[in-house]
Amino acid sequence: MSTQIKLGSDPSQPSLRPKPPGRLKLYMTAVLILALIWGSGKQTEASLGELFTGMPNMADLLKQMFPPRWSYFDNIVRGMLETIRMALVGTTIGAIIAIPVALLCAGNLAPNRWLYYPSRLLLNLVRTIPDLLLAAIFVSVFGLGPVPGILALTVFSVALISKLTYELLETVDRGPLEALTAAGGNYFQRIAYGVVPQIQANFMSFVLYTFEINVRAAAVLGLVGAGGIGLYYEATLGFLEYDKTCVIILFTLAVVLLIDYASTKLREKLL
Amino acid sequence: MNPIMIPKPKRSSSRWLIYAALLAVYVWAFSGIPFTGIKETAGQVVESIVTGLFAPDWDFVYLPEGEDLLRGLLDTLAISILGTVISAAVSIPFAFWAAANMSRFRPISGSGRVLLSFVRTFPELVMALLFIKAVGPGSFAGVLALGIHSVGMLGKLFAEEVENIDRGPSEALMASGANRLQLLWFAVLPQVLPSFLSYTLYRFEINVRSATILGFIGAGGIGTPLIFALSTRHWDRVGIILLGIVVMITIIDLISGAVRKKLV
Repeated sequence: MSTQIKLGSDPSQPSLRPKPPGRLKLYMTAVLILALIWGSGKQTEASLGELFTGMPNMADLLKQMFPPRWSYFDNIVRGMLETIRMALVGTTIGAIIAIPVALLCAGNLAPNRWLYYPSRLLLNLVRTIPDLLLAAIFVSVFGLGPVPGILALTVFSVALISKLTYELLETVDRGPLEALTAAGGNYFQRIAYGVVPQIQANFMSFVLYTFEINVRAAAVLGLVGAGGIGLYYEATLGFLEYDKTCVIILFTLAVVLLIDYASTKLREKLL
Repeated sequence: MNPIMIPKPKRSSSRWLIYAALLAVYVWAFSGIPFTGIKETAGQVVESIVTGLFAPDWDFVYLPEGEDLLRGLLDTLAISILGTVISAAVSIPFAFWAAANMSRFRPISGSGRVLLSFVRTFPELVMALLFIKAVGPGSFAGVLALGIHSVGMLGKLFAEEVENIDRGPSEALMASGANRLQLLWFAVLPQVLPSFLSYTLYRFEINVRSATILGFIGAGGIGTPLIFALSTRHWDRVGIILLGIVVMITIIDLISGAVRKKLV
């Protein structure tokens, strides 16, 4: 047997180099993905032609949006403040509820294994429901206004913060907990002195992160009647006042970017 | 003074100022919310919702004449697949634009970054409203909205991936005289492709969630029958649609999570 490896391709001699893995799987995957895309295109009636014929409409729309009518700004400041309020209140209540929920869902701290699995399952199911959908349901229960929006944001915050927190809780250092148990601390003392100091900075960071997401969400909750600046989209688009819509969009972008920036800086300081 | 006394942790004097500011913010936030109490019918509505959710309208799952749950979910799925594919394709050039190690001048990558964060902050529902004005109501508007909005996040994640590549292969290719396109194809792409796919799948999970609500404003999918059932108070129908959405999203998350684990 020859130990020499031939680099040139010689069809008469069997190559000692390992054969590249079969490409059949790759081709099949490609075909499957193409079929999926084609099927999706068919289902959604997507057509490039429609997009191109729609382009002038789009350009027309953009032309009508500029220049923005800045005088409308005074009308929407209240809506914007309400949006921020909703996000703030929803995130805070959600964060408070998330603490016991996260403790229930953390495998190493759960007081009872029989509570652990159902609460995790419930949390996973709640997380699949988008916040706007929650808001739409709450609107039909509580009527129009910011209250259903706050409730939707609260539920969403509980689901998100709990998830992030229980994953963190499962990685806490057990040393302080064991020391506290040895010294005779009860469950609440162990949590308060053994766990809280370890996770509080990260927890605050999660809350701020959720707040960022909630501000973005709250900006569109008004579309289903749940308060905030989103209400004004319907009003202005319905009357074809695109220059006013433009003011809303720009204002929302500015506020969201500002809050994101502040929150990111704060989170960097925390950790 | 006791020598083994434990020093007190330092407390900065600005701490109380921060607490006061926080308190003021919360007073402002809570005082502005009109807790006017809930509608008198709320209890009744909650009761009918609960009964509706636990006794869903199974007939709605498949209706021969159309506009049923399965077709709505299929539509939602199609919107999110197509939207994700479009955004992944559009994101690749943007990622190379925004990656700091791909251009010689800082302002080029910086401008790409700013553009991406602008797209990211633009709410997808508002984008869908604008596309509805352009191409008319329907699933296609939803596809375009998702396709453009997702570029904001995917482009950023892709760009970070491009920034973290190993320079070895590209230097080797450059030394053997490869041009820029060959460099991209043989050194950069093989390194970033698995994570690109993984991020795309992750974004697909998010897009499925978004696609369920696009119908609220007329951009296709399961949201249209849902908002209709909500406004006409067909709670059993709301129940079955919610159930369908939760089941679909859970299954997709499981599949996508398994594939992503294999990819990276």
